[in-house]
Amino acid sequence: MTKKLNRRRFLKYAAAGSAVATAGALFPGISFGDWQNLSNNSGLISWQKAPCRFCGTGCGVLVGVSDGRAVAVKGDPNCSVNKGLCCMKGYHSVQMLYGKDRITTAQVRKNGKMVEVPIQEALDLVAEKLQETKEKHGKDSVAIYGSGQWTIPDGYVASKLFKGCLGTNNVEANARLCMASAVTGFMTSFGIDEPMGCYEDMDHANVFITWGNNMAEMHPVLFSRILANRKRRTNVTVIDFATRSTRTSQAADKSIIFNPQSDLAVANAICYEIIKHNWVDWNFVNEHVSFYKGKTNIGYGTEDHFAFKDKAEPIGFEEYKLFLEDYTPEKVEKISGVPAKDIKYMAALYGDPDLKVTSFWCMGMNQHTRGTWINNLVYNIHLLVGKISTPGNSPFSLTGQPSACGTVREVGTLTHKLPHGVVMNEHHRKMAAEIWDVPVKNIDPKPTYHTVEMFRALDRGDIKFIWIQVTNPMVTMPNLRRYRDGALKDDRFVVVSDVYPTPTTDVADVILPSALWVEQEGMFGNSERRTQHFAQIVDPPGEAMSDTWQIIEVAKRLGFEKQFPWTEDNYIGKIWEEYRKFHAGPKHEMASYEVLKKRSGVQWPFVNGKETRWRFNPKYDPACSNGKDFDFYGKKDHRAWIWARPYEPAAESPDNEYNFWLNTGRVIEHWHTGSLTRRIPVLHNAVPASYVEINPEDATELGVVNGEMVKIISRRGEVTMPAQIRGRGVPPRGMVFVPFFDESYLINEVTLDAFCPISKQPDYKKCAVRLEKA
Amino acid sequence: MPIFSYLALPIDGAREMLCTDLAKLPHCEIIPSDNREVVVLVTDTPDDDTENKLQKSLNNLQSLQSLSLTFGYDDKEK
Repeated sequence: MTKKLNRRRFLKYAAAGSAVATAGALFPGISFGDWQNLSNNSGLISWQKAPCRFCGTGCGVLVGVSDGRAVAVKGDPNCSVNKGLCCMKGYHSVQMLYGKDRITTAQVRKNGKMVEVPIQEALDLVAEKLQETKEKHGKDSVAIYGSGQWTIPDGYVASKLFKGCLGTNNVEANARLCMASAVTGFMTSFGIDEPMGCYEDMDHANVFITWGNNMAEMHPVLFSRILANRKRRTNVTVIDFATRSTRTSQAADKSIIFNPQSDLAVANAICYEIIKHNWVDWNFVNEHVSFYKGKTNIGYGTEDHFAFKDKAEPIGFEEYKLFLEDYTPEKVEKISGVPAKDIKYMAALYGDPDLKVTSFWCMGMNQHTRGTWINNLVYNIHLLVGKISTPGNSPFSLTGQPSACGTVREVGTLTHKLPHGVVMNEHHRKMAAEIWDVPVKNIDPKPTYHTVEMFRALDRGDIKFIWIQVTNPMVTMPNLRRYRDGALKDDRFVVVSDVYPTPTTDVADVILPSALWVEQEGMFGNSERRTQHFAQIVDPPGEAMSDTWQIIEVAKRLGFEKQFPWTEDNYIGKIWEEYRKFHAGPKHEMASYEVLKKRSGVQWPFVNGKETRWRFNPKYDPACSNGKDFDFYGKKDHRAWIWARPYEPAAESPDNEYNFWLNTGRVIEHWHTGSLTRRIPVLHNAVPASYVEINPEDATELGVVNGEMVKIISRRGEVTMPAQIRGRGVPPRGMVFVPFFDESYLINEVTLDAFCPISKQPDYKKCAVRLEKA
Repeated sequence: MPIFSYLALPIDGAREMLCTDLAKLPHCEIIPSDNREVVVLVTDTPDDDTENKLQKSLNNLQSLQSLSLTFGYDDKEK
């Protein structure tokens, strides 16, 4: 009887949650404060704070628990990110914990079949195989591949074990696939990572320009905040600058469509116009900016062992101005398809001294074979007009995952990184060795493999053991077939920690059941430098264990008890306080564990109890020390760098044989590969299968109507899937778009593994395909 | 034993009246929006007869402009 009553109560909260989520989608900014009161007064449910599990926005949520089960979610009104709002994924997120096929026990491949075993036995095997492989094939034959969905402690212990104890830099994370270009953009322009602004910029800006960024679907709560500002204030304009028409385009005041890759040319043309009309903020530029150029014709990384190192050469303003002569709006119109008048219009918005401008971008600029360059070029625009590091003036790189910033960029779970600095720097290695209590010689000064090259190494056999946590590379790797075949080779050993069966668990030799989200304690770090703690709110099912503790268990088995001395009841707090030592100082000081537990997120640098909203501006940033009105202290010259970066074509463009661009991406209902959201009935039923968006005129020429099957063929593979014509997104003629959330249609068997030579981030937005009616 | 949730939209200017009308009906819980003319309605009825009666009562509300179904569950369908 009790069980039935609880189930009914659960269903009623789910019903209310669905209605609130639907209202949120239909009426941006809608609020239901009484829901909180109703629920609290009911006495049936208790609420605890957490960051949302999905995108990099970092919405604060309150998770409702009844009888030990998470039954509801609502926005946290105390969290400044979302102020009580959630998107449809957030409102339904607790349902992801309770899918019927949840992995609750460890499994080991025996005689070709997966067999359930006690988790301790599986961990013994993982440690044994790791040790055996290292002894037989060398330290760089073992690797760990994690995620921007790793908690900060997950990534920290992974880095400590592999880099500090095992001595290999074979540590990578899927954030390489989503924001590496943002990192190299920040590093090359400012010498220090992560945005200078914050979400509060949205409450001050007059102009929002989204660069290849469908915010309405990918960051819906932030986009709602923009729209609410537009409604509340009279002087707000939204420009969507994109390669296809989306819900963001529909909501924008103006939609400007450009040819793929030509954003490079348009950004330069905007700078040309700013200089031509003397909209340059000369005081700012003379005091705070240096000019540089780098190498050109830098390749695309499609071959194994591809190597590239850029070289910065100082140039003067006149040389930069001369470089821009190739990018008049009229010339760029021919490359980009953007009318010269529209380029001039955007330049005039950036150039108007009375307007505050915020630029947003995410995958469109980062998943780009010149991803670092296009990040540099948008910074150039803001730097020329001095619209940076002040409220409302912000070039703002958004992230796609809840802790791509916190775990990957800040902890440094990339091959070349350490929690502070890079492996190539002796001082940084010494600091890591001291904090980790390992000999400094353990930390190899040479990076090994970035993500694409890591999976190539697995295919070649240079890597023979890989441990994959919280990610699904057998859906997400570009040119997927090669990497799946590589993982399946006989002498490879693949360990996968996950919560549901996926195409990646299909290639595993060991599957470890993981705790998910609030089934463990942890921290995430969002797009605006905000660290968000969450407590364990419900128990994980069966033998599921946090990824952090799985790594600690293996580390202890390998003899590293001294480096991993913690117990299950205190390890997250202890890890945080150890990790925090890496960031001591005004440039990156992190809040203490006790402060994080109390607040709905804390922005770093957190100095003397105060968060830093705008970096490089001494009014807000305690790290500024040059006595001027701005201090770009990431660079030795205390200046931000404007880069002369040319337009160069994509790695593969349509031709006579493969005559369409293929662009891939996401939809609002699904999180990445869908392994979580496809187990949430409301979200799954909303978009149960992937599809290919085709321009209506192209569809007519192909003789294809809505829902008919279409074969998409590239030089690497093919996939057959239903057509969507005049759906939520409409590509221009000559382009198709496919969401990648559906493992039934592995679109990445078609994509190309070309990447930005500087960031090593692949370009999922551009390759050449042809279409056939199936 | 059906459970449904809806977005209920009032006729112009009748939000408060709609909330009052809905709150009076048995088997209904409401969550009004703070800032929009929208009310979330959750219904939980013990059987089909009661559900049908409730539907008739809802259809007769003068303050209600429209109901949009957002969630539905019925034990019978299991």
